[in-house]
Amino acid sequence: MNPGGGELHSAHAAHVTAEAVARRSYGKLVALLAMRTRDVAAAEDALADAFAAALADWPRHGCPANPEGWLMTVARRRAIDGARHRRVGDEVTNQLAILADEIDQREAGALPDRRLALLFACTHPALDAAIRTPLMLQVVLGLDAKTVASAFLTSPSAMAKRLARAKTKIREAGIPFTVPEPEELPGRIDAVLQAVYAAYAEGWTDPVGGDTVRRDLADEALFLAQLLVELLPDEPETLGLLALMLYAQARRDARRDAEGNYVPLSAQDPAAWNAPMIDTADALLRRASTFQAIGRFQLEAALQSAHVYRCRTGRPNWDAVVQFYDALLSIAASPVVAVNRAIALGQRDGPQAALDALARYEDDARLSDYQPYWAARADLLARVGATREALEAYDVAIGLERDPAVRRFLQGKRSELTPT
Amino acid sequence: MQYLLMIYSEEDGWNKMTDGERQQGVAAYQAYTESLRKADVLLGSNRLQNTNTATTVRLVDGKAQVLDGPYSDSKEQLAGYYLIDVPDLDAAIAWASRCPGAAHGLMEVRPIWPTATYAQTAA
Repeated sequence: MNPGGGELHSAHAAHVTAEAVARRSYGKLVALLAMRTRDVAAAEDALADAFAAALADWPRHGCPANPEGWLMTVARRRAIDGARHRRVGDEVTNQLAILADEIDQREAGALPDRRLALLFACTHPALDAAIRTPLMLQVVLGLDAKTVASAFLTSPSAMAKRLARAKTKIREAGIPFTVPEPEELPGRIDAVLQAVYAAYAEGWTDPVGGDTVRRDLADEALFLAQLLVELLPDEPETLGLLALMLYAQARRDARRDAEGNYVPLSAQDPAAWNAPMIDTADALLRRASTFQAIGRFQLEAALQSAHVYRCRTGRPNWDAVVQFYDALLSIAASPVVAVNRAIALGQRDGPQAALDALARYEDDARLSDYQPYWAARADLLARVGATREALEAYDVAIGLERDPAVRRFLQGKRSELTPT
Repeated sequence: MQYLLMIYSEEDGWNKMTDGERQQGVAAYQAYTESLRKADVLLGSNRLQNTNTATTVRLVDGKAQVLDGPYSDSKEQLAGYYLIDVPDLDAAIAWASRCPGAAHGLMEVRPIWPTATYAQTAA
């Protein structure tokens, strides 16, 4: 073997190790570095330097036995240098020095996991709700601003600015890196779960996986939800969220046929679903129910479970579905829930009952650009024979849809109404 | 960290109260101030006179231009403040939410700029 090839090989190995550490440890290392200083941006800079140093050093000297510890040592040294350079005051430098001592006292490979505290900081109610999910993706998982921006349909420079503003607020306003006290937890966990769910929803809307960035986002969100279940095993809503996401993930690929056409839930083949994933979701939901504290995500997961049961057995359970939606409306009322409830009502009591239930939302501005509302309305109107209004509703739905496959599906439904 | 908790409220609200309600209001603020003091986080506090006593001043072409009234004509006006020293924003928010002002008006929580970094830009 020639020396050049060996070098190439070790460079590759170093890269692979660095990438694996990045995925697993990025948030852990940022959390440790920023815990005391609250300076997320500085922690990320230091970590980026450490990763660059690793890619230069590991191919020559081999991957260290404890890559996390190696990166942490380099990063905290950079952070201290950076703090001195910026003359941010002795306080920050001292905090970093204290941190260094604390880390040194620990066994190699046993860095404490403070990612939960980091998650609570990134989703703090004092931050703009719209930036919490992107911030979490960047700070906890290490996604770059460009990736986050493309997932949220924003320009990279605008996203980078908004992320920087949020990090500045964390530092200057003194947003703490702590897990809230048990009595405050119920009020705060919601924002964390919502941010994770929003990341998943963004990833899920790209069903064909044509856009790899979006597809990755669903996987990253699942990773975060699993992490939350590990870190907060006794939080029923956390279990509910992971269950909900797994039910959705299990059906992900069944939403398209071999030709790439959209397949609605009612036409999907349950055998094409990921059965072990559904089993895991079922088990999570059962575990959540033992805490006897119902919440939004548990109810949404229960709805998914009901859909799975109906599709697998062929036994209509719309009464149960409507009841779940009633419960959901009572704790988390939103026009979106109302639309879904009306669709279920349409299955149980007929299309007119559903249209009656939707009547009060006719002028609701929040639904005016919500595609599923217009698609549901079109379908219901067609079923009661109001063809002209149904066609109009289909036009709006088709105009609002981003996904070409779903657009084709709606266009097909529309053309069924106008026999030529 | 030091935070300024600013109380914004409708001035009319106070004038429309009965004497009994006003006494209750004063007692609530006294109790709140006392609890801040007992927790050893209070650095200072004041209640402001109504905005009909306010005067706005700015230099125009080197000359002071003086106007009657507050700078902002919003419905809620700055009515008073508490300056506190607590570990982080969560602690500051907890104290702000206990203030009677959070019930009859709203509270704005602002960190104090640390003196050591006066020369730096606001990032």
